[in-house]
Amino acid sequence: MTAATAPTTTKRQRRRSRRPLSHSARRIPGWIGLGLVLLTVIYPMFWILMGSFKTQPEFLSEPFWSLPQQWNFDNYVSAFTEGGLATYIKNSVIAVFPSLALILIFGSAAAFALQVLVWKGRSVVLILFLAGIMVPTQMILLPLFTVYYQIGITSTIWPLIITYTAIGLPLTVFMLATFMRGIPREVFEAATIDGASIWRIFANVTLPLVRNAIFTVALVQFFFLWNDLLIALTFVTSADLRTIQVGLLNFTGQYGAVNYGPLFAGISVTVFGTLALYIFLNKKVMTGLTSGAVKG
Amino acid sequence: MEKVFRNRMATAVMLTPALAVYTFVMIIPIMWSVTYTFQSGNAISGFEFVGFDNWIKFFQDDTAIDALMFTLRYAVVMTVLQVAAGYGLALMYIFFLQNKSPLVRTIIFFPVILPTVAVALMFSRIFEAAPTEGPINTILQWLGGDLTDFLGTPGTAFWIVILMDVWRSMGFYAVLLYAGLVDIPQDVMESARIDGAARWKLVRRIVLPLSLPVLLSALIFSINGTLKVFDSIVALTNGGPGTSTTPLTLYMFRTSFAYGQYGYGSTVAFVLTILCLLVTIFIFRSMRRDVTE
Repeated sequence: MTAATAPTTTKRQRRRSRRPLSHSARRIPGWIGLGLVLLTVIYPMFWILMGSFKTQPEFLSEPFWSLPQQWNFDNYVSAFTEGGLATYIKNSVIAVFPSLALILIFGSAAAFALQVLVWKGRSVVLILFLAGIMVPTQMILLPLFTVYYQIGITSTIWPLIITYTAIGLPLTVFMLATFMRGIPREVFEAATIDGASIWRIFANVTLPLVRNAIFTVALVQFFFLWNDLLIALTFVTSADLRTIQVGLLNFTGQYGAVNYGPLFAGISVTVFGTLALYIFLNKKVMTGLTSGAVKG
Repeated sequence: MEKVFRNRMATAVMLTPALAVYTFVMIIPIMWSVTYTFQSGNAISGFEFVGFDNWIKFFQDDTAIDALMFTLRYAVVMTVLQVAAGYGLALMYIFFLQNKSPLVRTIIFFPVILPTVAVALMFSRIFEAAPTEGPINTILQWLGGDLTDFLGTPGTAFWIVILMDVWRSMGFYAVLLYAGLVDIPQDVMESARIDGAARWKLVRRIVLPLSLPVLLSALIFSINGTLKVFDSIVALTNGGPGTSTTPLTLYMFRTSFAYGQYGYGSTVAFVLTILCLLVTIFIFRSMRRDVTE
């Protein structure tokens, strides 16, 4: 833009102004690079989706770029019934959602107690929570397994719910406390003058103000728990309690290594299911953000 | 008025649930794990005090040392590559796409939220050699290359893991670093441009120094995550071929649950914890030095 307006004749500017076409021409390598990045992101997913409609002979004799010769959902039906995908999804749902609810309730209350309420030693407790983010999960697995085994709940979904709740708390408390720090102190003081009790300040003043933060934290924690493999692999001891990640890991074994169709269908259900959920929730977050802005 | 915020009852009621769960499910087990490092046995057979045997065993165990080295190598290579890829993408969002970037940002972010297991299964199909050839092997053979068993060869298996994890994480680091780059004042860049700074010089002299804080936080984030790598390796190579791609996390999991050695498993986990602690302290200290200078 300077080339057109500035009359100065430094070497570089002269070169730019002499070639008016070069601006778009210079962008070509950039577009090619961008195209390649997008291709490496999108093509594998597309390939899996196409594969989920192919039959076994097509996998073995057709080249990889060929499109499926029929569009039916046989592979999906097989993945859900024989593959047990329906059970896995159900298990994931009943493990993740209660944990998520507990994380958000406990986490927002604790963040409020640590950030808004005034008491001695609150910064020490906040640091204690912060330390939990760093410690690898492997450090807690063995004692927990011992306890779960001794009280006899290893064949239920409870070990997952308990462990998920604890794992999610440090980051949630820390993030929500950070957001609550951003609320001006005057807001709380004004509420007190109006005669609001501390419970009302929490429920009717603070929570609405950090609503978007809670949304964000919920989104992060949801994907973190939904995609968890380590904890599920450790505490799930029976096949009918497998979460979707553990189930998928054993998918190949269930069919023998050669039955590609249902495997591709299983992968594409989890991939596109997660993707759809993300796009849906992301939109929700966006509308939440804008409606908050209008009201505020 | 301050009295309202010094409400002991409210503090107790609000803090107790979270603190209780956190204490009983994380803090106590962590300390309990440390006591396991001086014992042998498991949940089913019972425990026995063995002193420093587990620690001596760790430093004499070649597989353990290999796992330690793999963890370090993976963390360093991965951190460099994913932060570099993210930074490259973030620069592209800012300078090349400018205000056309939201859709591209969203698409490149997709792999971040996909389940690791599904992505790993996908990558193992893409790089498959037998019984059917995956796309990469087909293309390689067109170009006159040989059929390569990428995941069955220790040297290439490592790079396939790296490639997959860069694919999965670059969108995240791109968005993280983009958020930092957007904060650089436009007039600073504008005046540099008017002074005739070429694009590359602009990046090196102005953008890079100004984005150092966010780069450092990306670095901390990355190194802390990569030292704990587990999911992608279990799902893609399961530590193989042999134990060539086995990090400490997976080695701990094997010794504990496949061989039932809780004491030794805890020792491996504790080594990993110390490693995370040291790296975090090291980065924080070098960061503070940067700020004071």
